[in-house]
Amino acid sequence: MKYCKDFIVVKNETITPTLYILRLQYPETLPEIKPGQFVEILVEGEKDVFLRRPISIHDVDKENNQIALLVQVVGKGTSQLSKLKEGDKLNLIFPLGNGFTVMGKRVLLVGGGCGAAPLLYLLRVLKQQNIKSDILIGCKDINHLFSKKEYQELSNLHVTTEDGSFGEKGFVTAHPILNEDFDVIYCCGPTPMMKAISQYAKQRNIPCYVSLEHKMACGIGVCLCCVAETNQGNKRTCVTGPIFLTSDLKDF
Amino acid sequence: MNTSKQLEVQIKDMVLKNPVMTASGTFGYGYDFEDFINLDSLGGIVVKATTIKERMGNPYPRMAETPSGMLNTVGLQNKGVDYFCDNIYQKIKDKNTNVVVNVSGSTLEEYVEVASKINTLENIPAIELNVSCPNVKEGGMAFGTNKDMTFKVVSAVRKAYDKTLIVKLSPNVTNIVEIAKAAEDAGADSLSMINTLLGMAVDSEKRQPLLSTITGGLSGAAVKPVALRCVWQVAKQTKLPIIGIGGIMNAQDAIEFILVGATAIEVGTANFINPSITEEIVKGMEDYLQRHNIKHISEIRGVI
Ligand SMILES: Cc1cc2nc3c(=O)[nH]c(=O)nc-3n(C[C@H](O)[C@H](O)[C@H](O)COP(=O)(O)OP(=O)(O)OC[C@H]3O[C@@H](n4cnc5c(N)ncnc54)[C@H](O)[C@@H]3O)c2cc1C
Ligand code: FES
Repeated sequence: MKYCKDFIVVKNETITPTLYILRLQYPETLPEIKPGQFVEILVEGEKDVFLRRPISIHDVDKENNQIALLVQVVGKGTSQLSKLKEGDKLNLIFPLGNGFTVMGKRVLLVGGGCGAAPLLYLLRVLKQQNIKSDILIGCKDINHLFSKKEYQELSNLHVTTEDGSFGEKGFVTAHPILNEDFDVIYCCGPTPMMKAISQYAKQRNIPCYVSLEHKMACGIGVCLCCVAETNQGNKRTCVTGPIFLTSDLKDF
Repeated sequence: MNTSKQLEVQIKDMVLKNPVMTASGTFGYGYDFEDFINLDSLGGIVVKATTIKERMGNPYPRMAETPSGMLNTVGLQNKGVDYFCDNIYQKIKDKNTNVVVNVSGSTLEEYVEVASKINTLENIPAIELNVSCPNVKEGGMAFGTNKDMTFKVVSAVRKAYDKTLIVKLSPNVTNIVEIAKAAEDAGADSLSMINTLLGMAVDSEKRQPLLSTITGGLSGAAVKPVALRCVWQVAKQTKLPIIGIGGIMNAQDAIEFILVGATAIEVGTANFINPSITEEIVKGMEDYLQRHNIKHISEIRGVI
């Protein structure tokens, strides 16, 4: 079941001048949400934004019926979202997409930049199911590392920064944690990073899930604009995805 | 819901409880919207374009947002008419609304073949002949931008299809009235207009087009003035009932189309922004009639 409802902004936290975490209150009991699912946001007050904007669900607080979204400002829609204040209303269609398949005994999560958004809620669910996890985050510098405390509480956090200001200096693909054994890899981030991790997973014969951020018009499966090329033909990223097993994707 | 029939309209033999329908390609097969609205509250739904064989559609990227609108180049991706008849039809045939199938093809024979197959489905009261898709290499718009081709394809389908035949027209022509008349002469029962306007979008930083096929079809609020003009011109010069399409975002927009001569309307891109917009438009049209003390929607049809 999908819903189209108003949320209320409880908090808009600035991480960097282009990165925000929006905490939103749902006025009713939240429906079941799977990690990796996303919402379609109606951006109001910006006449140049015509369509909704898809954003991953960063975190879910079931007890308080709140969700968190991580927004990176890249254009007019996300810029408008970054200006939201406590008490503002936000209309969302949710929850959308397939979500991650939670499996394995020991798993690795790899996230890059703001693309790592869906991994926090995934960690929560993994923990609930007693699945051991490691999370490897690649970011520009220490200032761009968000939700660090939560990652540390829920998992073993490993970090690479481009400038070495935290963790290892360099890219995620060179981190020693990759030498350990995992049953599954979940990877979200820039496409080149996801491709590199997918390549690594393929060599080691580990199933690898990625989240694709294709351009969407409807987000609910009716326009067919968001397709990804899979071994079974063109599939809608907003319904069959956004989470795909890389061995199913033509491009990976 | 209102039961006074003040919004009831008729397109040949197809009776619509209200003029609000959905545009092909923006509403899936209807059931995707059941979380948001009651399909039975709509006059009709037009399901995705159906072709004789399965089509993969065009490569990604297929969409670009533009001022007050969007461009798409989906390219008629669908599983083919047999899959529709064997699988999808079962799921939608008992809805208490008119389910119209949008029929497309690359050749005249393909249009006829699809139409004949749909003709056997008892609960499909009408087809919408898509002679105006701008996103396929063969067929599609090529039929709907030439009056002789329009006449030929509509005549051929007319022979194979005996229920309500709607022809969907392209705005990408010099003289839409000429094409409309060709469809009328060939035996169409109704005309729906407009399909998307051919357009393009460019990324100046990357110095690249934004769509995989370079050009695509423009829809959304931006196209409403063009659509109103087309409906108005054609309504004045043909006798056929017209279904107005193009940039309808709310009830006022829908009423504007009725005022220039449309009998019914189709809501397209607006479904992406507000998935319950169709029900809201029905309600808004009822309110309009009440506010202006109008007994039946037909009283204001074509007054401009
Ligand atoms: C399933 C899914 C989940 C997503 N999750 C998140 C998230 O958690 N946090 C987040 O900040 N963003 C996320 N995105 C990306 C986000 O939707 C886009 O950044 C946003 O739509 C851009 O809107 P805008 O109006 O700010 O940019 P626009 O003004 O429309 O465009 C500005 C620039 O952004 C680029 N852009 C536009 N849409 C996308 C897109 N879908 N993906 C990548 N680049 C785009 C454009 O090419 C352009 O260069 C997600 C996208 C998808 C499909
Ligand atoms: S965005 Fe419309 S089908 Fe995926």
